[in-house]
Amino acid sequence: MPEMNMAKAINLALHEAMDRDSRVIVMGEDIGPDEGVFRVTEGLWKKHGEKRVIDTPLAESGIVGAAIGMALYGLRPVAEIQFAGFEYYAFHQIEMHAGRYRNRTRGKLTVPMVLRCPSGGGIRAIEHHSESREAIYAHSPGLKVVIPSGPRSARALLHAAIQDPDPVIYYEPKALYRLFKENVPETIETLPIGRAQVIQEGSEITLISYGATVRAMIDAAEILEEEDGVKAEMIDLLSIAPLDTETILNSVRKTGRCVVIHEGPRTCGIGSEVVARINEGALLYLEAPIKRVTGYDVPIPYFAREKAYLPDGDKVVSAAREVLSF
Amino acid sequence: MPRKPIELPMQVEYMSILDDTGEVDKELEPKVEAAQLKDMFRWMLYARRVDERLLKLQRQGRIGTFPQATGHEAISLGSAINLKPDDWHVPAYRELAGFLYRGWTLEGILIYWMGFEEGARPPEGVNDTPIAVPIASQLLHAAGMGMAANIVGDKKVVMTYFGDGATSEGDCHEALNFASVFQAPVIFVCLNNQYAISVPLSKQMHCETIVQRAVAYGMPGIKVDGNDILAVYVATKEAVERARSGGGPTLVECLTYRYTPHTTADDPSRYRSDEETQRWVAKEPLIRFEKYLKNKNVLNDADIKKMDEEIEVRINEAIIAAEEATKKPPLSDPLAMFDYLYADLPQNLQEQREELAKALGLNTSETEPRNAATSARRGA
Ligand SMILES: Cc1ncc(C[n+]2csc(CCOP(=O)(O)OP(=O)(O)O)c2C)c(N)n1
Repeated sequence: MPEMNMAKAINLALHEAMDRDSRVIVMGEDIGPDEGVFRVTEGLWKKHGEKRVIDTPLAESGIVGAAIGMALYGLRPVAEIQFAGFEYYAFHQIEMHAGRYRNRTRGKLTVPMVLRCPSGGGIRAIEHHSESREAIYAHSPGLKVVIPSGPRSARALLHAAIQDPDPVIYYEPKALYRLFKENVPETIETLPIGRAQVIQEGSEITLISYGATVRAMIDAAEILEEEDGVKAEMIDLLSIAPLDTETILNSVRKTGRCVVIHEGPRTCGIGSEVVARINEGALLYLEAPIKRVTGYDVPIPYFAREKAYLPDGDKVVSAAREVLSF
Repeated sequence: MPRKPIELPMQVEYMSILDDTGEVDKELEPKVEAAQLKDMFRWMLYARRVDERLLKLQRQGRIGTFPQATGHEAISLGSAINLKPDDWHVPAYRELAGFLYRGWTLEGILIYWMGFEEGARPPEGVNDTPIAVPIASQLLHAAGMGMAANIVGDKKVVMTYFGDGATSEGDCHEALNFASVFQAPVIFVCLNNQYAISVPLSKQMHCETIVQRAVAYGMPGIKVDGNDILAVYVATKEAVERARSGGGPTLVECLTYRYTPHTTADDPSRYRSDEETQRWVAKEPLIRFEKYLKNKNVLNDADIKKMDEEIEVRINEAIIAAEEATKKPPLSDPLAMFDYLYADLPQNLQEQREELAKALGLNTSETEPRNAATSARRGA
């Protein structure tokens, strides 16, 4: 396969999934002739027509509620919410129905659907278009939440999400859509949901991140290696719910030091849960308090100030140095 | 126990007063003084010129993505002029003419599109909510304001705006129903420009008109030619009078066309033809109003030239002022992101503010959070 960017890789996965499973239905706002506001659904409507690629009315609760209905009926809907900030309109459908049908009906009715959604900041978007609120859904029982960090993980995770028997929220960090290209394998690859990846081994400190801030983590690791001679172990979580406790604990037991990095707000963010699990499973291995480099507890600022809000390599390096020199 | 059609107590109407050739229906023509007519034209022209300049600024990278309002001046202005200053104006995001008319400064509007929340702060004495990006969400606030006006009994009315796509959101239906059930003095102005990004109205709903929903909610409704400022003016004037005298809400559907891409990030050639757009250009609101005013001898080319010159000066000044403002605090200060989250900044946020200051090499002792409530309390 040629190298491709993340938007293209997600598009490829959608094509592959629709080609091989006629139950896969793609639906959302402006995903048909317009091919999605980020062009992620390019070519799908032309190839499969409006029966399987559905431009819906402008109603997020409608999109998610109808997708739940289709899933209950036996289809495999992949619904798009145009921006993560508009998922709130569907929150009751996601939280009270998508996440609960299996449990309420004791396994009889299930909701195998995927909610795709561009998330995060960094593209100078209009107000309310830059949210990272994965923690809300990680907090909701019955949902799975995955977030790729590049083209290859994007394609593999989307296949896993579509094949999953339960509802999966699939966030697409939109700052990564066209940021870089990667080789993706010829044959369809899936990544197991619930498994993190160690993307670099190291022994002195563990850096943990996911999604767009994996770039900040990698930048920081490069600086730490060059300037401090420290080789950081880097974990890309990929799956926010369920969270791969084992990979996290194994690493922290080895390094004794840790920094968690994400873009969403700090309080009750994914970092809080990672720290709690380390506390429960590896407290006595710690050499220093864990630091969190995250978005602040304010709504992500409108674009003039968003750069200051977002974690970057420098912020991660300062935190890592504090932890290393504790 | 027969089976028979149900007689509904309400009907909806369509109204056009000034057609696209500039011909006016003499019976329906409102009596508006020459000076006010000329003033209406001036505001429309101002909004149009601002819109054109915003596009240039966006192309030059001096402001961010924004939605143009070209051709929507008649709807926004023709309705807003029926409000008193202390009535409430609850817009969506294509009401540029209304924002300007209601007293938002152009400098502030520019600051907003330059990416600062400061631009969303209504100027003193302006009873408006800022731009509402989450579609249809503002309509419920308008309904609640109308309910509050009934509770307080101060005879204020609320005018709110939404697009044709917005009619699909639950919030829209809930707002219409609340306003109707509680007979709230709210005028729901639907700016029907026939598209929601790429989705045409025919795919948004399976009924003839938007306005017929008024019947379903039990409120008066009227559809007007939204490129005809006289029709918009008359319909919303009646609705305001009814609302103020206790007659409850009205739905006013204003038909126009989205003359521009959805926002500066959109490419309409993917979903509609250029011919279609061209057909609507001939119907745009400014040309016909100009013809009408010239026929009435209220306006001439020299007037327009003078208006244009004044407008250009005003726009240039505002751009300079806005760009200067962005270089100075509070706009130039990233720590301002913490200033207004709460009336009092909690301890953990003060710590985060200091953490950011440290990361940016700024000195926090020099800048207190600029929250009015906090400083007032500290002072007290
Ligand atoms: C709740 C919500 N969903 C989606 C969007 C993205 N979006 C912005 S404008 C728009 C179309 C709005 O169409 P319409 O209501 O007809 O207004 P218009 O822009 O045509 O004036 C969409 C889908 C949004 N801002 N809010």
